[in-house]
Amino acid sequence: MKMDSMYQEIILDHYKHPHGKGLRDGDAEVHHVNPTCGDEITLRVRLDGSTVADISYDSQGCSISQASASVLNDLLVGKQVGEAQQVQEAFLELMQSKGQSEGDEELLEDAIAFAGVSKYPARVKCALLSWMAWKDATAQALAEAPVKESA
Amino acid sequence: MIHTPRPGAGTASALDTDAIRKDFPILQRVLHDGKPLVYLDSAATSQKPRQVLDAMNAYYEQHNANVHRGVHTLAEEATALYEGARDKVASFINAPSRDEVIFTKNASESLNLVANMLGWADEPYRVDADAEIVITEMEHHSNIVPWQLLSQRTGAKLKWFGLTDDGRLDLSNIDEIITEKTKVVSFVLVSNILGTVNPAEAIVRRAQDVGALVVVDASQAAPHMPLDVQALEADFVAFTGHKMLAPTGIGVLWGRQELLEDLPPFLGGGEMIETVSMSSSTYAPAPHKFEAGTPPISQAIGLGAAIDYLTAIGMENIAAHEKEIVEYAVRRLQEVPDLKIIGPVTAEDRGAAISFTLGDIHPHDVGQVLDEQGIAVRVGHHCARPVCLRYGIPATTRASFYLYSTEAEVDALIEGLHTVRAFFG
Ligand SMILES: Cc1ncc(COP(=O)(O)O)c(C=O)c1O
Repeated sequence: MKMDSMYQEIILDHYKHPHGKGLRDGDAEVHHVNPTCGDEITLRVRLDGSTVADISYDSQGCSISQASASVLNDLLVGKQVGEAQQVQEAFLELMQSKGQSEGDEELLEDAIAFAGVSKYPARVKCALLSWMAWKDATAQALAEAPVKESA
Repeated sequence: MIHTPRPGAGTASALDTDAIRKDFPILQRVLHDGKPLVYLDSAATSQKPRQVLDAMNAYYEQHNANVHRGVHTLAEEATALYEGARDKVASFINAPSRDEVIFTKNASESLNLVANMLGWADEPYRVDADAEIVITEMEHHSNIVPWQLLSQRTGAKLKWFGLTDDGRLDLSNIDEIITEKTKVVSFVLVSNILGTVNPAEAIVRRAQDVGALVVVDASQAAPHMPLDVQALEADFVAFTGHKMLAPTGIGVLWGRQELLEDLPPFLGGGEMIETVSMSSSTYAPAPHKFEAGTPPISQAIGLGAAIDYLTAIGMENIAAHEKEIVEYAVRRLQEVPDLKIIGPVTAEDRGAAISFTLGDIHPHDVGQVLDEQGIAVRVGHHCARPVCLRYGIPATTRASFYLYSTEAEVDALIEGLHTVRAFFG
């Protein structure tokens, strides 16, 4: 069925076996909600210099929002912050493509599985929830970083 | 069109749904490569029969004019149609007078109108810092937020009835909740999320004992069962046209005549005045006092046509049909593994909306996979988030039924839910 273009095997895998789930130490924490459906995430970012050392999260929500947080963790942990931001921007662009883009596989890896979700306006917010939380938390962590270095 | 009861053991028999469905063009729709539409979202909005669409078209094609202000033929026809719709509403709810029927744009506006009348009223109705307002934990946001606003603006205390584990109002402490300080009690007659039909009489009795006004949100009652505002003994009753076969943009506030005479207007403008000078104005009598500006004319006419349609079938018959469907649906749903009904698990005192959770599968995913099979349900908190908080769930899936719903559609839902489980299992 057509459904499969949204619920790709990769998405269902990440949903059933999420990577990096659970809260661990971080430099900044944010809580984001999707008021229309009640999806929620608490997300922490830990930076090690300019490297994304860890992204930990506690979340509840639909398969799309859960899988997307898992993919986020997979993709961004270990990257330089600048690189990670590029991936975040590419994912945002893919989700806003209304089904018109297939995504840059080299940059997005597993996350291109979400291309089909971009056709469902009601679900785009689910896919973006963790990515927007990460962006927010990273900005906060960076803002605090100079203070920490001098401390 | 004759809708005679159809005999048959164990099948829904109060209505001839085959004949009824032919009146609703949209129910013939086919979705996603050949799946017939199974519309189980009437609690959000109902579909519209051809008779309603035709009445609105006829108005625009033959009679369109502004109401109450012309001497020409079209203006008189339009006014007669618009005011005729008011007569139909009045008799549909057994109002003692047509002047007690105020047209609004929806139930939300009706409820906001009452809250504002009471906020600006003189004694004895005035809601002020010494007053208490009572609602319930199962209200639609439309019957929570206007009272929160009133409470914030006046300093009045907002109180509410909690819920029992099986989805009913907990009235065990009614004498502590409704007290001598209570000025107004506002509650939903049929919950849009739990499906519960509330025991109005007990609440009205207590409110009357302490001299509080009673407001009833009948948005999910008026479409589905006989509604008699005199028997209800409420002071105000609100409902919304689009859930009862009428278009969007038309709602009703019924209020007792003496109250409508005493209470101040809320919105000012054309239509609602008697005389206007630069320093002050006097107001038209109710209902016009509360209908500022050009009203939703075609929508009111559509509501009149919807009421004709419902009345021809008979509200008793519609209620009986829905009871059969709900009994069947409650039984079949409980056969689905991991499915938990949120709300009463019997058809007793239960409306035609059934909310449930399905194991750990998020309602969004349930709704999406059902949609792929042509089945339209609503997912989320259904504008009743406190209910989700009360039961510790983020959201529910809700199937809701109406006069055109069939047992075959319940079967399709059950099959769909098995597919959902297989998909995420
Ligand atoms: C119980 C109840 N009250 C109020 C409303 C609000 O209706 P409307 O959005 O038409 O104002 C609804 C519908 O969503 C409802 O189900």
